[in-house]
Amino acid sequence: MDFTFTDEQQLLADTVQRFVREHYSFETRREIAASEHGWSPALWQELANLGLTALNVPQEHGGLGAGPVETMLVMNAFGEALLLEPYLEAAVLAPALLQALGDAKVASELLPAIASGERIVIVAHQEPQTRGELNMVTTRAEKNGDGYVLQGKKSVIMHASAAHEFLLTARTSGKATDAAGVRVFRVPSDAAGLTINSYRTLDGRRAADLELDRVRLPSESLIGADSDTLAALETAHHISLSALCAEAVGIMKAVNAATIEYTKNRKQFGQPLSRFQVLQHRMVDMFIHAEQALSMSYLAAIKCQDPDINERRRALSAAKVVIGRAGRFIGQQAIQLHGGMGMTDELIVSHYFKRLTAIELTWGDTDFHLQQFAGLG
Amino acid sequence: MDLNYTPEQLAFREEVREFLREHLPADISERVKAGLGVRAEDYRRWQRILFERGWGAPTWPKEFGGTGWDPVRVHIFEEELALAGAPKPVPFGLRMVGPVIIEFGTPEQQKRFLPRILRGEDWWCQGYSEPGAGSDLASLKTRAERHGDHYIVNGQKTWNTSGHYANWIFCLVRTDPNAPKPQQGISFLLIDMSTPGITVRPIRTLDGAHEVNEVWFENVKVPVENRIGEENKGWTYAKFLLSHERTSIAGIGSSKRELQRLKSIARQEMKNGRPLLEDPLFAARVAQVEIDLMALEITALRALAAAAENRAPGPEASILKIKGTEIQQTLSELLMHAVGQYALPFERHSPEENDFKSVAGPEYAAPLAGTYCNLRKVTIYGGSNEIQRNIIAQTILGL
Repeated sequence: MDFTFTDEQQLLADTVQRFVREHYSFETRREIAASEHGWSPALWQELANLGLTALNVPQEHGGLGAGPVETMLVMNAFGEALLLEPYLEAAVLAPALLQALGDAKVASELLPAIASGERIVIVAHQEPQTRGELNMVTTRAEKNGDGYVLQGKKSVIMHASAAHEFLLTARTSGKATDAAGVRVFRVPSDAAGLTINSYRTLDGRRAADLELDRVRLPSESLIGADSDTLAALETAHHISLSALCAEAVGIMKAVNAATIEYTKNRKQFGQPLSRFQVLQHRMVDMFIHAEQALSMSYLAAIKCQDPDINERRRALSAAKVVIGRAGRFIGQQAIQLHGGMGMTDELIVSHYFKRLTAIELTWGDTDFHLQQFAGLG
Repeated sequence: MDLNYTPEQLAFREEVREFLREHLPADISERVKAGLGVRAEDYRRWQRILFERGWGAPTWPKEFGGTGWDPVRVHIFEEELALAGAPKPVPFGLRMVGPVIIEFGTPEQQKRFLPRILRGEDWWCQGYSEPGAGSDLASLKTRAERHGDHYIVNGQKTWNTSGHYANWIFCLVRTDPNAPKPQQGISFLLIDMSTPGITVRPIRTLDGAHEVNEVWFENVKVPVENRIGEENKGWTYAKFLLSHERTSIAGIGSSKRELQRLKSIARQEMKNGRPLLEDPLFAARVAQVEIDLMALEITALRALAAAAENRAPGPEASILKIKGTEIQQTLSELLMHAVGQYALPFERHSPEENDFKSVAGPEYAAPLAGTYCNLRKVTIYGGSNEIQRNIIAQTILGL
């Protein structure tokens, strides 16, 4: 039993934290959010130069082959910085899915380009009725000659407008909730018949709904044909959930520090707000939530690649529940304790609140994961 | 980062399990698992069994007859005992006054008291709280006046858990009423309960049990040699004792056992023709407490790992009491709700006087409401959870 980090891990954590503190101020972030694409390709290249886009790519494909603990440390820092770039989607989820699918040819083509930061690959899986259920896929892929024709809709795909290509799920057989029949296709973002309807999201990011109307793909666009695709999707989502939890933990720590700082400076009734016991106890409860969330983020990182699927599901769903509730409590109370200032766009606390809110709703909300956990017995 | 035990720790766990299979009396573990409460004589019997194995004091150093285990081994040991249904050790000797005597006692006091605690020969109770000194403990009034080689003690203590079995009491008494701060005039005395002038009166609690007492002192003569450390420095020893109490208070092992009992009962209870555990709302409530317990366990392991590396306990340690006790209460609440209306039949009981008997409904339902009532205490004792929040606010958050 050991909760310490290796020297290399600590160095990575320090490096990333220093980088975002120096290069990703709240003002910089505000400018990036307001820019045309809502993220900064230049900054992405800097992340690539630091080796961060290569973190989750195996060494054989030009990556660093790091693990969930390294990813956790990076995500802690990105949480604090409220990083807008598609790191979670393009540098964690996509390489995790490619590895889990085990398609050697596609992996050797895409993973080096992901590692170098050249190529943004986005997983397009979620549909209007998904709500965390990975097997809920209605998009159809019909065999047509020696290729496929895809028809359907993908919903709220984060950073879709940044994508060079999608790893998009569609059914070659079965009905909406069947486990079998789900397949992953490579779909170029400029494919004929694909419409990308982009918009802003609550947390200042960009997302899109994808409409697929008779999108014709060659047969080799189906990848991981020999794999259990649904299991691969689950594996990739478990790794990504661990990273998402770590991002939330980074935010919670920053929110709590900001709230303590604010209540020490803000004076009412002739004394700092931090002297009022009712507010002290509130901040203690925020602190307790953050500590429990940190514990579960550790558990998620340690268990997200566990070979025992039941262990993995238990750990990740439990972590998502704790982090969802903690993030909700901390975010809501941080605004409450900042009073009117918490309501403004000017302070970072409202932006933290919105990202925590978005995280709770991502990849299955708290109720979904609570039910999943209960179902595991 | 690694959550696994080392091979040595796993081997140790196996050793503990084997010992429990062979030596934990079934009649005792059955009572614990059924929530029936443990009799005083069973506590003594079990302590003697542990003592004979050399495990009488898991947290004490070897030179005082303890095991010398590191915090991880202590944790493994306590968890296995709890899961197997062993009685939770009576903390007043082993976990409270024992460590104080080890840390601050004279060699004579150590020789005189520690072996008797180890063997279960002395039963200690606490003399901290008073009717006017609860959370504000330093305002205590029980007076000890020095007369040559002894003190004369007058006053009243309260909430003395198992004071009716105890033959010794450790007391905080005021030796200097004129000290500039209330914390400065307090001394720490060890008092023989058979000394003339001591009266123990039972307090009946809401669960109908006799667990706690009032203890009255009327001109009780206490030899000066029974004082721990220096006169008027008792507050230092008192705080040391309380910090030891908090680390053992999370109760993760016993909460795991109660969770299993909850699931087992909820599988037997029916709702709409289906097991209650399959009711989505009830299942979600069970899942939530199980998840909270998982998080608490990791937090406890983090605290433990820090302690094992001799690092100062991190912020994680301070939340164990709050979360641990909240979970204990939630489990008792769900257990009671699991049996529905059969939580209502209620016969006054205590393990010594009579057992919970099912007057109506399933046997397992009989003690549940009583336990629910009894466990309201856990967020009050050991420094109420509000006091814990004050401590975290001041010492960790710097508010």
